[in-house]
Amino acid sequence: MESATGLLLYATAVLTLGGIYAILALGLNIQWGFTGLFNLGIAGFFAVGAYSSAILTARPSPEHFGGFGLPMPLGLLAAALLAGLLAWPIGRLTLRLKADYLAIATIGIAEILRLVLKNEQGLTNGAVGISHIPRPFESLPRPYDELAFLGMVAGIVLVLYWALERARRAPWGRIMRAIRDNEASAEAAGKNAMAFKLEAFVFGSMIMGLGGGVYAHYVKFISPEAFEPLMSTFIVWVMLVAGGSGNNRGAIAGALAIWAIWSMTEILTSQLSADWTTRAAYLRVFLIGLFLQIILQRAPHGMFREVPPPPPEPSSPRQPESRSADT
Amino acid sequence: MLDFVNFYLIPGIVIGSIYTLGAIGISLIFSILRIAHLAHGDLIALGAYFALFGVVELGWSPYMALPLAMILTAATSIGMDRLCYRPLRRMRTVMVIIASFGVALMLRSAIMLIWGPGTEVYQSGIQRPMIWAGLRLQEKHLFIVGAAVVLVALLHLFLTRTTTGKAMRAVSDDPDLARVCGIRTEAVIRAMWGVAGCLCAAAGVFLGLDTQLNPLMGFSLLLPMFAAAILGGIGKPYGAIVGGMVIGIAEEVSTYPLFGDPLVSPTYKAAIAFTLMVLMLLWRPTGLFKGRVL
Repeated sequence: MESATGLLLYATAVLTLGGIYAILALGLNIQWGFTGLFNLGIAGFFAVGAYSSAILTARPSPEHFGGFGLPMPLGLLAAALLAGLLAWPIGRLTLRLKADYLAIATIGIAEILRLVLKNEQGLTNGAVGISHIPRPFESLPRPYDELAFLGMVAGIVLVLYWALERARRAPWGRIMRAIRDNEASAEAAGKNAMAFKLEAFVFGSMIMGLGGGVYAHYVKFISPEAFEPLMSTFIVWVMLVAGGSGNNRGAIAGALAIWAIWSMTEILTSQLSADWTTRAAYLRVFLIGLFLQIILQRAPHGMFREVPPPPPEPSSPRQPESRSADT
Repeated sequence: MLDFVNFYLIPGIVIGSIYTLGAIGISLIFSILRIAHLAHGDLIALGAYFALFGVVELGWSPYMALPLAMILTAATSIGMDRLCYRPLRRMRTVMVIIASFGVALMLRSAIMLIWGPGTEVYQSGIQRPMIWAGLRLQEKHLFIVGAAVVLVALLHLFLTRTTTGKAMRAVSDDPDLARVCGIRTEAVIRAMWGVAGCLCAAAGVFLGLDTQLNPLMGFSLLLPMFAAAILGGIGKPYGAIVGGMVIGIAEEVSTYPLFGDPLVSPTYKAAIAFTLMVLMLLWRPTGLFKGRVL
């Protein structure tokens, strides 16, 4: 009975973190999968979300700014809004240039943010981080608090999935695909590509910020170390590419599958002696890099291939729409 | 004034030379493959560690280990291209950038696996600087700047005098036209990786000489090097020299205590390169030397 509860708790923890990664992967899917925007600064938006929600909802503390004790939904809302607010100027500046520039600029923003988090004692308590972040459902007895939190994460993922699927099939999603596949022809069709790209970038970043907020409330303690590019940018890219970019179901499946593999290999390597455990940690990073190369070369579409949305119903029967083949 | 030159300007020129070598490679790769090579920093770190192998295992001086590091890094770059980038050549170029992101992590974790995550040095102990008319000149700094000048001059001769170098410029100007003229693009790309690998090794060894080695040293170079390449005009190797110097000197000089306190806190040095890059993108995205953009 004891071990059964332990197993349940372990599975819940893996699923909860996997669900948080699924939120990030869905955010990236809007940017990269739908619109082809190359964001390598996921860690930055994730961190802004986490810190915003933490500062707003934690109890007042002399160690860092705020601690306003606001309710969690407000914190999550602010997490999304602030991440979007950060994305807007970056997008304005770099989206008109080649994808490479957005990649470099987002890496830069994420790094500078990490410096700020590390060094601005008064705002973030520096390297020590923020603790005592409230977690919902904590008053419930042991397995149920974890299960309730998992339920909340699953609910957020499902709502996002539903909304993004709607968006994908809607004219908005079609325009995004058009811009991704041929920006010049989308412009020629009268679409303001810059404005749409900016929308996708800000919207995707807001979802990442939301993911950061949920993460902060789950782990209850955040420090700059949690926002290293490896575990919060790179792994999300692997998840989306493995799951199938452009496919929302792929983004969720990729996040859960990669996270499950990552967590389970950790159990394996923790059996080794101390010296080998640290070495095995590097080996795991190496292997996940290798895994990405293999997917890119052997299965570039990922687990779930992107499905073009079905053509819309013709609005009136007298217009037999002739459309060229969808690419 | 002498303090300014000794402790801000000279270190700026030294780090600027290192950025220059990296930025030239980034520019070269961009001009031929049209990709932002995100593994460039970690390739530099690998070069530094190859030289460490020469220093520790073979007992060589770091100066002697430089050619060894160059050969090994060039070979690694060519192999990396063959295994990870070439298979993706027919896809959109962004796929290669994603692959290079993965390669960066593979290189970094390989370094940690082989040499451990800690800090290493080529030589311990303090070298006394030569004092010349109030200028403090360190042997290693003279070597770094001198060797960087020699390497850039060699690269110039290579690009302008040799057939391979000319072919490289032809591919960079118009890959299709170059192919039609019978230039073997794949051979040119291999040569380019060889050159970029050598420059990476030099940058890594120089950085190791100047400060110390750690597996993350390359990643922290990535931003200033890209800023330098963009400042000089991406795809313009000569622009990268100006860009590298401007970024290096700006970073060091920004911490000068002009009004008592440092102008910019040294912890935010990394933000200088980024700010300059952003200003350049706003003002003139093609860079100072009219590079390629879009």
